[in-house]
Amino acid sequence: MSAVMVTKKVTRKWEKLPGKNTFCCDGRIMMARQKGVFYLTLFLIMGTCSLFFAFECPYLAVHLSPAIPVFAGLLFLFVMAMLLRTSFSDPGVLPRALADEATFIEMEIEAANGNVPTGQRPPPRIRNVQINSQIVKLKYCYTCKIFRPPRASHCSICDNCVDRFDHHCPWVGNCVGKRNYRYFYLFTLSLSLLTIYIFTFDIVHVVLRSVDSGFVSTLRDTPGTYPFTLLVCFFTLWSVVGLTGFHTYLISLNQTTNEDIKGSWSGKNRVQNPYSHRNILKNCCEVLCGPVYPSVLNRREFLLEESAGPAARATPQSTVTNGDPATNSTLPPTTKTTAPLIPNEHTPEESKPSIADPPEKSSSPSAQEPPTDQAPPPPQAHSPLSPGDKTVTDQAAEEAH
Amino acid sequence: MAETHSLQDIRQQAAIAAKVFIQRDYTNGTVCQFQTKFPSELETRIDKQQFEETVRTLNNLYAEAEKLGGQSYLEGCLACLTAYTIFLCMETHYEKVLKKIAKYIQEQNDKIYAPRGLLLTDPIERGLRVVEITIFEDRSTGSGR
Repeated sequence: MSAVMVTKKVTRKWEKLPGKNTFCCDGRIMMARQKGVFYLTLFLIMGTCSLFFAFECPYLAVHLSPAIPVFAGLLFLFVMAMLLRTSFSDPGVLPRALADEATFIEMEIEAANGNVPTGQRPPPRIRNVQINSQIVKLKYCYTCKIFRPPRASHCSICDNCVDRFDHHCPWVGNCVGKRNYRYFYLFTLSLSLLTIYIFTFDIVHVVLRSVDSGFVSTLRDTPGTYPFTLLVCFFTLWSVVGLTGFHTYLISLNQTTNEDIKGSWSGKNRVQNPYSHRNILKNCCEVLCGPVYPSVLNRREFLLEESAGPAARATPQSTVTNGDPATNSTLPPTTKTTAPLIPNEHTPEESKPSIADPPEKSSSPSAQEPPTDQAPPPPQAHSPLSPGDKTVTDQAAEEAH
Repeated sequence: MAETHSLQDIRQQAAIAAKVFIQRDYTNGTVCQFQTKFPSELETRIDKQQFEETVRTLNNLYAEAEKLGGQSYLEGCLACLTAYTIFLCMETHYEKVLKKIAKYIQEQNDKIYAPRGLLLTDPIERGLRVVEITIFEDRSTGSGR
């Protein structure tokens, strides 16, 4: 055993995760690969706020109240905290089935299908479950080798099944799912408040100065960057406030964007949302104040990877933390199943320059995506987020198979 | 050898005969619950009541972790007020219960499952999707019982 130990080097679990994510800070931070739009979001928020603090706050603090910049500062910090929390956390990724579990499910499916005559297509891999006396179909995920839990969906950009999948949001550079939905919602909510706040005090500033010295001289005196703040705020206002309204509506019904777009509970076939408590207050409480779910990926767990990968079955003890025979013996096969997989060492160093060239960045890693997918429609270009901002459903993934 | 029944022993010596996966039970929504149906593969190893007792205890623990109510709302609101920075220095209720679950599984393995040549895997290691029960080859149970 000790002889083998020498050739082993310490790796952590995140380095072997099969999805298309980037990791920073030794696995503490998890994001999507394409981050160009995320940097744009950061730039817009920070740019607008610093202009506000630099040019308007001094005047407002002197002439109105020093509380104005203080409150703006607090709100700005909250917005940034929520944005980073949404972007950097695990959205609720479901780990792929290890080889043993995959074979077990495969056997169950075959047993359920019986003998399919050759040349005939096997029936679709669907499992019906009853949830709160409502029949819900669970689809089999050919990438993750599991029956997706209810409300989960496969994100084709991150190549992961995400629990309570809402949508993939390029503005925050991450999927929005079970674990970061509340941060995402609080981000949009606080950002709407911040833009309304800045926009209002922009106008108050102009009006106060105009009263003092006339409108024309105000325009002459204030710096040229001033219209930038107003413009950004104006466009962000509509889209972000609209988005917040849309998500408030979804939360009150306990729906996800994905379900809303698919029309899963639209009342057709008398299917109703089985997850809703039929009580707006209770739905809000569950989504925003419910239990905080832990990440099931265990990204920072140690793995002892030996140089001879396929022989791992012989030494089941190579997982340090729990010594579970299954963990390591079955890892190599699962990573092998996804052929076009680019390992995760493709990380920050490489992706940071993408601030300058987002289009190139987004086109290269996902050539299989339809190009229209990547470009957000023009009115949304000014907003960090918007209702339709890309809900990647599993359909694309399924058609591929 | 068979008398020690330590987990480490079983892992090192016995070959894996089969694995059984207890699936999630979604009848009450997406709350983490597992099916209590007794898998036929375990019939020769453990009696039904004992197995059901284990799964039911696990289910109760998960229900406790995901319970909606005053305590979880309070935790959520408090955390929100501090912009969720409080979780840097405080464990969530869920994490506390997960530790309890890990302890319970270890205990069950030591007391009940390992002597019968079985091994429970903590569901958190399988993404809370399944309870994995590994069945080891029979020789230790043959001499142990």
